[in-house]
Amino acid sequence: MSNITPLKTEAEQAMIAQGASIAADRKPAFARFADSGLPHRRIEAYHYTDLRALLKNAPPPAQAGGKVTIASPLADIDAYKITLVDGHYEASLSSTLPQGVKLQSVSTLADDGADEKGVLSPDPVIALNAAFSESALDIEIAAKTELTKPIVIRIVTTGAHASYPRVRVNVGDAAKAFIVETHEGGVSGSLIDSVFELRLGDHVEIDHLRLNLVDQSATVLTTFGGAMGRESVYRGHNFVMGGALSRHQIFFRFEGEQSKADISSASLLNRKQHADSTLVVDHAVPECQSREFFAHVLDDESTGVFQGKIIVRPGAQQTDGKMMSRAIVLEDGATMNNKPELEIFADDVACGHGATVGALDEDSLFYLRARGLPKTEAEALMLRAFVGEALEKFEHDGLRDTLESLAEAWLKARSA
Amino acid sequence: MLEIRNLHVAIEEGTKKLLNGLNLTIRDGEVAAIMGPNGSGKSTLSYVIAGKEDYKVLDGEILLDGKNLLEMEPDERAAAGVFLAFQYPLEIPGVATMTFLKAALNAQRKGRGEDELTTPDFMRRVKAGAEKLGIPQDMLKRGLNVGFSGGEKKRTEILQMALLKPSIGILDETDSGLDIDALKIVSEGVNALRSAKRSFLVITHYQRLLNYIVPDTVHIMLKGKIVRTGGKELALELEANGYSDYVTNAAA
Ligand SMILES: Nc1ncnc2c1ncn2[C@@H]1O[C@H](COP(=O)(O)OP(=O)(O)OP(=O)(O)O)[C@@H](O)[C@H]1O
Ligand SMILES: [Mg+2]
Repeated sequence: MSNITPLKTEAEQAMIAQGASIAADRKPAFARFADSGLPHRRIEAYHYTDLRALLKNAPPPAQAGGKVTIASPLADIDAYKITLVDGHYEASLSSTLPQGVKLQSVSTLADDGADEKGVLSPDPVIALNAAFSESALDIEIAAKTELTKPIVIRIVTTGAHASYPRVRVNVGDAAKAFIVETHEGGVSGSLIDSVFELRLGDHVEIDHLRLNLVDQSATVLTTFGGAMGRESVYRGHNFVMGGALSRHQIFFRFEGEQSKADISSASLLNRKQHADSTLVVDHAVPECQSREFFAHVLDDESTGVFQGKIIVRPGAQQTDGKMMSRAIVLEDGATMNNKPELEIFADDVACGHGATVGALDEDSLFYLRARGLPKTEAEALMLRAFVGEALEKFEHDGLRDTLESLAEAWLKARSA
Repeated sequence: MLEIRNLHVAIEEGTKKLLNGLNLTIRDGEVAAIMGPNGSGKSTLSYVIAGKEDYKVLDGEILLDGKNLLEMEPDERAAAGVFLAFQYPLEIPGVATMTFLKAALNAQRKGRGEDELTTPDFMRRVKAGAEKLGIPQDMLKRGLNVGFSGGEKKRTEILQMALLKPSIGILDETDSGLDIDALKIVSEGVNALRSAKRSFLVITHYQRLLNYIVPDTVHIMLKGKIVRTGGKELALELEANGYSDYVTNAAA
């Protein structure tokens, strides 16, 4: 059989042209991307989010110096702030960091998406980031540092261009921190391809919140890669409201025993939004526990995708992994695609997954309406309870309030 | 005044009629009781008045103070003064009972063009109402009806009615699941709400409830119709003889 190379789409051709004179250290990543092109629906991991079909054009890479005109959604939170504008570090919008935290703005970080050994797996979207990211942040949280305030990393997009934000955070042993990542801004024609990497030592305790609040017309592809040592705790929360097209990939790996990860996510989608959450939790060592909880609320003609995979490697005995996806579909035109999977290569494990998709319970709604609550208000009460399940694990009161008011505004806009 | 005329209801057109030419009038201030065998359509009637969408009204009308309820959404009917105490109140996890009560009260006030209740004012009302019905405050912090016992659910229904002060309160088997003491407490709660303007439709299987909530009229329902109407003595007669007279009459 002949080796058929599919014709490149206009967007792919433009991206390849943009990389013609790329620096030598980026060539391997660029070659990986050029080789595969944009992922399409025959690639299993992109079955529900066919980027080749969905990305019509490739905007030019952003230059440094974009002007930030929007206020941070977390302006009121007492936090250390770091700002990336169109992928470039902006010192004037960043605060002095506390003792134990070091930040370096570098041109390139190690391209570790080449094989399965890195935190980041081989993936065309990651390769594209590695090829085009011109400024990366390398943040080091020293061992035993205990931060009392969150570090908020704002990733702001200012125009119709492509940006490739890249952040790596190394957390030393026995450190405690709360890291927040907000994706903001963007217009129709913005393409954001960001990669965030978190390397956690032993005995750490980390909270990580990611907010996708980009404009509802932008395209936002985000990857989170995490790896954690022994006897550690990671709590990750995702909150998705933005993007015409969004995909968030989570690759999380346990590298030390007796650690716990709790990953939750709430996506509130409307109009024609398409939001994909793709998760791979890799239990590479024994005796770790993971919990994954993904909630979607789908209004209008929106589409939600959840692909979740728990891998239990040979020998990773006593793995305890439970994954749940719940979706509420509010309108006939909205769609949810669920693909939960377990890949288990050890025999002494307790793993499970479940997925539910449905409308709000009619009888419950009738009960509330019979007490005088108008339809949208009755729905809002039930949706708040539904989203609340994903938010309740959230430990930071101020940030939880912000999330609740964001959800509240979304619900209010529905009934308006 | 609630007027139901020639009401025909089925799940879908062409299927068995659950209500079949039902007529019933309840005057202002009247307490009407409906008794009837299982499956005779009592709950169906209460749902159709309240506006549940599972039913298809084939013919007839329901007027509350002259307003056509059948053209209204369930929440509009509630705003017009309809309250249904459910035979099986729903459990709604994640919605705190207090939050729900506040939302319901404020929705009603909004409809009347009144300001929202202040939190202390709201708390005072709920506290007073709950105390009278023997509902512990702690229960109200839980999810709506979640894990409430059968009797606790029924009391909470009456608390809601006391807070919303409807013009017609429909009690669908509120007595089932109540212990003897609770039956008295709940009946007192209902009696306290009786007034010249407020009427009640009390659905029950047992004459005993009607010793506490003394009805003005008693109606016997069979196969989706009212087959006999009388005073409170009709309930005693039923208690003694059961429905056999009516079942044979209806068959004849
Ligand atoms: N949603 C429904 N779908 C199909 N049948 C229904 C539905 N609701 C009610 N029915 C049927 O309608 C008839 C009347 O039911 P309903 O619940 O009104 O009776 P009831 O008089 O309240 O009985 P009970 O005394 O047992 O509470 C029953 O035969 C019941 O099975
Ligand atoms: Mg019934």
